[in-house]
Amino acid sequence: MSKVIRIKRGLNIPLRGSAEKILQTPSRAAEYAVKPPDFHGLFPKMLVEEGERVKAGTPLFYDKYNEDVVYTSPVSGTYTRLVRGAKRRILEVRIEPDVEDDYIDFGAADPASVSREEIVDKLLRSGLWPAIRQRPYSIIASREDKPRDIFISAFDTAPLAPDLDFVINGSEGDFQKGLDVLSRLTDGDVHLGVDAGSTTSEAFSQAKGVRVHRFKGPHPAGNVGIQIHHIRPLNKGEIVWYLDVQHVVTIGRLFDKGIYDSRKVVALTGSEVENPRYYRVHAGARLDSMAAGNVVEEEGVTPRYISGDVLTGEKIDAKGFVGFYDDQVSVIPEGDKPELLGWLIPSLQRFSVSRTWPSFLMPWKKYRLDTNIRSGERPFVITGLYEKYLPMDILPMQLLKAIMINDIDMMENLGIYEVAPEDFALCEFVCPSKIEIQSVIREGLDNIQKEFA
Amino acid sequence: MKALHNLIEKKVKPHFEQDGKLSKFYRTFEAFETFLFVKGDVTSRGSHIRDAIDMKRTMFHVIIALIPALLFGMWNVGYQHYQAIGAEVDFIDQFLFGLFRVLPIIIVTYASGLFVEFLFATIRNHEVNEGFLVTGMLLPLIVPVTIPLWMVAVATVFGVIIGKEVFGGTGMNILNPALLCRAFLFFAYPAQFSGDEVWIYAQVHAPEQLVDGFSGATSLAVLAAGNLESLPSAMDMFLGTIPGSIGETSTVAILLGAFVLIATGVGSLRIMLSVVAGGMFMGLLFNLFAVNEYMEMPAYYHLITGGFAFGTVFMATDPVSASQTGTGKYIYGFLIGVVTLLIRVVNPAFPEGMMLAILFMNVFAPLIDHYVVRANIKRRLGRMKPLASAPQS
Repeated sequence: MSKVIRIKRGLNIPLRGSAEKILQTPSRAAEYAVKPPDFHGLFPKMLVEEGERVKAGTPLFYDKYNEDVVYTSPVSGTYTRLVRGAKRRILEVRIEPDVEDDYIDFGAADPASVSREEIVDKLLRSGLWPAIRQRPYSIIASREDKPRDIFISAFDTAPLAPDLDFVINGSEGDFQKGLDVLSRLTDGDVHLGVDAGSTTSEAFSQAKGVRVHRFKGPHPAGNVGIQIHHIRPLNKGEIVWYLDVQHVVTIGRLFDKGIYDSRKVVALTGSEVENPRYYRVHAGARLDSMAAGNVVEEEGVTPRYISGDVLTGEKIDAKGFVGFYDDQVSVIPEGDKPELLGWLIPSLQRFSVSRTWPSFLMPWKKYRLDTNIRSGERPFVITGLYEKYLPMDILPMQLLKAIMINDIDMMENLGIYEVAPEDFALCEFVCPSKIEIQSVIREGLDNIQKEFA
Repeated sequence: MKALHNLIEKKVKPHFEQDGKLSKFYRTFEAFETFLFVKGDVTSRGSHIRDAIDMKRTMFHVIIALIPALLFGMWNVGYQHYQAIGAEVDFIDQFLFGLFRVLPIIIVTYASGLFVEFLFATIRNHEVNEGFLVTGMLLPLIVPVTIPLWMVAVATVFGVIIGKEVFGGTGMNILNPALLCRAFLFFAYPAQFSGDEVWIYAQVHAPEQLVDGFSGATSLAVLAAGNLESLPSAMDMFLGTIPGSIGETSTVAILLGAFVLIATGVGSLRIMLSVVAGGMFMGLLFNLFAVNEYMEMPAYYHLITGGFAFGTVFMATDPVSASQTGTGKYIYGFLIGVVTLLIRVVNPAFPEGMMLAILFMNVFAPLIDHYVVRANIKRRLGRMKPLASAPQS
């Protein structure tokens, strides 16, 4: 087996509320939704009328700037409502589900015997294409490109992240089939990153037709961007694709049965969840289908629901919808209460990587962290801190500064093509100046993409 | 707590808000409000949780680290004074004497500096930054106790405006503001800032009481004059019972501060160690090629005289004006040590080299970083070459 790639820099934030390994299948949600904001840069054009009946796999809308890419319904039912936000931006396309799913038949196929063109076509028609994303820019892949390699991370190190070994249980065959499909899309390799210590599933460690790389280390070792950097870094002009484990499974099912079966396992986690565990739901399920009655009610505490992990997820309502790329929902308390001399009093409930807080004396403790920012935004002052939480040969502060002054050459030179906002999430977490680092990275990616568009 | 917060929120805050009578002073109000309370502001995008650290707490720990040097400095002011006039008083009197001489300097520094900070925060409409909390404590510790208070005010205003605000405020400055204040004083008012007669309170304010034959020369002045016999003992220099700037004499007190900075991770150990390494390297080099007594002096003497220790621990480590890359910090620190000794030993015009060496290296820090960044870029470009020639596999 290949040698272990050790990631030394990073941090596992000790949060309370990781999911117990119990899988439940809740009854169908009252509503499902596809959320265009989940897909960066998407400009949706609707394909269905309100009140229209849809099947699982019926196209709901397409991307105005990328007409081939359609977004399909995860369940069969009735398209009931369009939720718009500021400037009439489409936020949610809501579906009221039928009792039983009725699928559009895309035709089963053996990935080995059909052409690459047919595979691409099937992925596009079924609405699974958006599951394939690319670096640079961390956006949906383009059908015109042929990626240098494809990367999949088979372990998630984000705070309270689901255990993918548990999630994959029972879908091993579909996962392998999905890998077979993907290996047809590139002339390079399909790389699978596993955890040298914790990965147990043979679906990962014995996966066929791919190159398995073993990693060891704290978050963000499970981020695909970090793995790409250590396996085979991305250079200017190159394109690589990446996917989530569960989307590989869905792709496998598409080729196995010919349908878009959007079921996935979502972990409900966080300090505010009474019994954190796993749920098998369809993509875009309304949160209350799993969280109702399972969230701690405490006088004066407002829970914050996050689709995704606490570092990179999106804030949603109690009746919001699980995002397309998310296999985790986190519920933590809002930190909307002022605290007298809160910056000074050495509270034991606060977590910090800085030894100015007592948390470093209690490495065993798990925390119930809230959403308070703790301070207004300040310019960069402390140096040498971000480097400890970005395990890449990249100078984070210099890159951020290059982005802030929109120096395209400098951004390129400092490695912007290799990064995505999520890789900088820990930097944002530890930043004493409270700079919105992930937003800065996204802005840099957008600017550089525009520059070469 | 809730009552207090409600009182501020409902009775006080409205006056400072947009239509209030005092809306011009909103930033001032906000500075005090955020000092009293961590606001109930929550994250809206990006990471939903944040580390408990903030600038206030970071700066506060630098202040804690300065306390040993400050307290010792206060005592030493009294001790030196009563030594000079040949009076024997007890410890408390020595300390109180120093306290009442040093406190006004601190108050004037903070008042004038914070005035400028608040003024610029209001003009630029940004939150008041915490940077000056530290600057305001550093400056009083690196001036002689005999300094006229108006000079303190002028220097502080100069330092904060020219050193910091013209560049855009905290985080944007090139030079260390506290050192810039001191350099300003050093060059603008040399009579009050150098020589043998400014370091002890009695020399300026009660020269008639001085005991006969008293010399208030600092150890560096003694060294520069070339009479090594009258140098205080190494132990005295280490403990700090010698004349000098208020907070810089005691290496012991400064080491306590260094311990706080290193233990909490607020100060860069990397820089501190490399400054010491640079100083020792140059000191030993002088020893090797010694042509006069000063060059023969044991290298470690340099670490315990003058402002070396204070500069190493509190000035060179200022993260904004220091080198910002990891490798850069080693080079930056090492060169500070080297340049300090060069100025001290080779240049007869300036007995003390620490201040100028740090300011000098502050200016060079961006250049050092530039080359470290270049190296990173080259590595990334180098990665592409083998790929360009070999076919993709």
